[in-house]
Amino acid sequence: MRLNCPHCGPRDRREFYYYGSDDYLTRPAADAPPAAWDDYLHNRDNPAGILRDLWYHEQGCTAWLRVTRNTVTHEIMAVEDVAALRAGAAR
Amino acid sequence: MRYSGLRVITEGLFGNKGWTPAWRNPAPKDVYDAIIIGGGGHGLATAYYLAKNHGLTNVAVLEKGYLGSGNIGRNTTIVRANYFLPGNSEFYSHSMKLWEGMEADLNYNVMHSQRGLINLFHSDGQRDAFARRGNSMINQGDDAILLDREGVRDLLPYLDYDQTRFPIYGGLLHPRGGTARHDAVAWGYARGADKRGVDLIQNCEVTGIDIENGMVRGVQTTRGPIRAKKVGIVVAGRSSQVAAMAGMRLPIESHILQAFVTEGLKPVIDHVVSFGMGHFYISQSDKGGLVFGGDLDFYASYASRGNLPMVEHVMEAGMTLMPMIGRAKVLRAWGGIMDMSPDGSPIIDKTETAGLFIDCGWNYGGFKAVPASGWCMAHLMATGDSHPVATRFKLNRFATGHILDEEGTGSQHNLH
Repeated sequence: MRLNCPHCGPRDRREFYYYGSDDYLTRPAADAPPAAWDDYLHNRDNPAGILRDLWYHEQGCTAWLRVTRNTVTHEIMAVEDVAALRAGAAR
Repeated sequence: MRYSGLRVITEGLFGNKGWTPAWRNPAPKDVYDAIIIGGGGHGLATAYYLAKNHGLTNVAVLEKGYLGSGNIGRNTTIVRANYFLPGNSEFYSHSMKLWEGMEADLNYNVMHSQRGLINLFHSDGQRDAFARRGNSMINQGDDAILLDREGVRDLLPYLDYDQTRFPIYGGLLHPRGGTARHDAVAWGYARGADKRGVDLIQNCEVTGIDIENGMVRGVQTTRGPIRAKKVGIVVAGRSSQVAAMAGMRLPIESHILQAFVTEGLKPVIDHVVSFGMGHFYISQSDKGGLVFGGDLDFYASYASRGNLPMVEHVMEAGMTLMPMIGRAKVLRAWGGIMDMSPDGSPIIDKTETAGLFIDCGWNYGGFKAVPASGWCMAHLMATGDSHPVATRFKLNRFATGHILDEEGTGSQHNLH
């Protein structure tokens, strides 16, 4: 498996640290009820198909990346920089 | 038909014409008292103990493919009871006792071999941790012997004792640990359940779960609707998909775990051996193949196959530990879909829907748990209460903070 890092180009899977579903990008407010935090930390859609998840380019540019991929075929559809996504959303 | 040595001899003399199928192949009925979704090891064991322990025989097991076609059909077959935490310890201890009586109970040869399991340690700190674990196992009523380096060398002379990177300080021997023939476990439970009247329905995929007023009413399947007031979800790596049919979102992420088998060799590895520094474990099957595996690939996947970095890592760990296996040729490799929970421990619990139960989160350790999982899931479905050895496998334990983190690495999806 190779991920096409937007900064570094196609790189081997071994360069990346895996974090999990991009649910982690939608952090509840600090005063959100405990159930919202439980859901955020533990519960997952866990799809057999298209998943968006977070990878850290630990041995490269050290950017956090959001990868869109198929969990059944291992096909990679998109690799995006999380910081750039956030900047785009904030604009 | 009861199996026995005499039966084998008799059939051999008369051309093996008297053998009958081990189970029926029934069409689904309209209504059952209970439905088990999933005809793997855990599901079949649940059905068996529902019938045997609780007298519930109007039960169906619904299997999407063929019986035992998932992880029970492809794993590294290790049976052990070397857990440390209260909550896990008594459960796996109960499971070990069931393993020891399984062949007589099922009248089926599951080739259970208590050849001993040795977990190696490679530092003073790891020795202390293993001594503590061994004491915990002994307190639970199981067995553990702390071996020093020479003690390990007596049993495992083929390890590399000269290397300095991961020196072998000793090992924790669990004499009752060992292996079993994985398929036979599924077949034995299937035959036992069928004999007691359970319908094992194959090629029957559940496509929906019917719920009215918060109570389960039955399931929709590719072979039509089937009604039941009790439904158990026992589907391992596919738990999230089936639970979603009941509107649930589980604390489960499905990951890939690879394992490997070499060509058949003469007997060379007499125990189950695990490498404390490299996450590598190995045993030799009765056919002679070396069966070994390592860590998860560490990304969510349903592909049933892994990637090369973990293949390389497992081979490196094996070569570091026992260089003699370097010339064995790998015949097969496969990837199983593991239902990983955040804390690495399973779930056997009710759900918010009355009559709907779930048994999942077996991570990479479901095989040894098959008998106790079936026993406790059957108890839960029959009585509505958790079995005394499975009281801590709660679905909501992540919300309440009662986590069961055996590895001590944290309660987070990417850590187990």
